Amino acid sequence: MTWYAVLGALEQGLVYGIMAVGVYLTFRILDFPDLTVDGSLPLGASITALALTSGINPFIALVLSIAGGFLAGMVTAILNTKLKVLHLLASILTMIALYSINIRIMDGPNVSLLAVDTVFDPLIELGIPGHLASTVVFIGVAALIVIGVVWFLYTELGMSILATGDNSQMITSQGVNTHTMIILGVGLSNALVALSGSLIAQNQGASDVNMGVGTIVAGLASVIVGETVLGDKTIPRAIIAVLAGSVIYRLAIAMALGLELGEFSVSPSDLNLITAILVVIALTAPTIKKKLKLS
Amino acid sequence: MITISNLIKYFHKGSVNEILALDGISLEVKDGDFITVIGSNGAGKSTLLNCIAGTYAIDSGSIKASGQDITVWPEYKRAKLIARVFQDPLLGTCASASIEQNLALAYKRGQKRGLAFGVKSRDRGFFRQELKQLGLGLEDRLLDTAGLLSGGQRQALTMLMATLIRPDILLLDEHVAALDPKTAHQVLELTREIVKQKKLTTLMVTHQMKHALQLGNRLMMLHRGKIILDVRDEEKGKLEVKDLLAKFYEVQGEELSNDKMLLA
Ligand SMILES: Nc1ncnc2c1ncn2[C@@H]1O[C@H](COP(=O)(O)OP(=O)(O)OP(=O)(O)O)[C@@H](O)[C@H]1O
Ligand SMILES: [Mg+2]
Repeated sequence: MTWYAVLGALEQGLVYGIMAVGVYLTFRILDFPDLTVDGSLPLGASITALALTSGINPFIALVLSIAGGFLAGMVTAILNTKLKVLHLLASILTMIALYSINIRIMDGPNVSLLAVDTVFDPLIELGIPGHLASTVVFIGVAALIVIGVVWFLYTELGMSILATGDNSQMITSQGVNTHTMIILGVGLSNALVALSGSLIAQNQGASDVNMGVGTIVAGLASVIVGETVLGDKTIPRAIIAVLAGSVIYRLAIAMALGLELGEFSVSPSDLNLITAILVVIALTAPTIKKKLKLS
Repeated sequence: MITISNLIKYFHKGSVNEILALDGISLEVKDGDFITVIGSNGAGKSTLLNCIAGTYAIDSGSIKASGQDITVWPEYKRAKLIARVFQDPLLGTCASASIEQNLALAYKRGQKRGLAFGVKSRDRGFFRQELKQLGLGLEDRLLDTAGLLSGGQRQALTMLMATLIRPDILLLDEHVAALDPKTAHQVLELTREIVKQKKLTTLMVTHQMKHALQLGNRLMMLHRGKIILDVRDEEKGKLEVKDLLAKFYEVQGEELSNDKMLLA
């Protein structure tokens, strides 16, 4: 693997890591399996595409994407809590709806962003080469997100969200409306995912309605890899682990892509299959281990 | 104070499995009443507490507490007035949160939660002092997660959390039933002390006649969703286990003879 490939994996790992932190919030903290992310990642990209091509400042485009993602998450959570749709189904419905919405936003299935201003421009103007500039921005944003999410989970509200996922009867009897907590938590999660989508689009120079396919598996893989490698003893550690997991996951993908077995070589389109198999193994390993021990 | 009028609660209403769990309960709980509630399995004791707390919506009747009609209040809103300890020690605390975080969550019961730090350093001293009263050494383990504690320790912690902010009403549903006899005794003593010290209005469900007689100033027996015995103060003081057993057999015998009549 070349240094260039390693740097690329770091860059991808960080920017998708922001998405993975979002997945961690729903999957681990709220115990709410949320597939909305497959739609809210391209939602962030679509909003960014519309904003940038309309001449809006790229940093404001980030904020708009975050808001859009939050709304998408809210829709899923409201379907689940207020209208009693099963969480998984609620998130699939939002995800499917977002497919149409994203095409409406972009007025087509994809938009090229090569000729517009991006959040990387201030650094590039300082003379930093493009691929380094994006890595620097991603390090900065990922660090901010980690600090922000850790801080939030220690606030009164954040602790209430944690408790909602852990023991909803307990936190209800402490006077917390768990519906509100779920709406807030799933909203925040998707806000992070959309932020990630916005940064990815600006980095790739394109937004595509299909770029969200497999987001949830990549997110889960990052969460699980991170937990396995770094552990989740404390909240700061768990969140950093997710980010690290995402980087490791992208490195693994980069290596897999170079893999050749005689005639057969791994192509990018095989990644979702490989990732899904990895996630299944990671998810079922504890159960299988237990079974083997018992028999 | 709680005023319950003609409370009716069905489960699976309208289906073949329909159960009339509470059959027109009317009850006036005075401020400072400590009521022990007994009754056979399925009598409706837990359902009554769950209806007061708002876990279950009721089919008809009304519930007033502290001068407000709370009949249609959601459960989380009633938490302003009502605190509870459950039979299952796992239900009362958040396993992944530390002891101090659990206490901090309880210290905000019924209040708005914002972006201030959940655990405030100024509260730690107070938490330690309160934990010390439990006599379990938990005051030195503020940062341990609640999941590490034994059932008895968790139940004692839940008891403390329920009363950290004085509730208008305290609901205890067989809260020592899952504990070994010694721990059960300790938690029961703790209950007696806290209720007395804070003059709490309390409903305590128990299957132990002994506990029902020893604690509280008022005793209630439920049977098939109805209150069939309600005695207080001196009259309660005179009750003995055999009186309660007699009452049990009386109502159950009635059932038997009813069945016989049906068969005849
Ligand atoms: N969630 C529920 N769904 C359906 N039926 C229920 C539910 N909760 C209670 N019941 C039924 O309502 C009746 C009263 O139950 P409840 O749990 O209040 O009894 P209890 O007096 O607390 O009994 P125990 O001493 O066994 O705890 C029972 O017939 C029970 O089967
Ligand atoms: Mg019960």
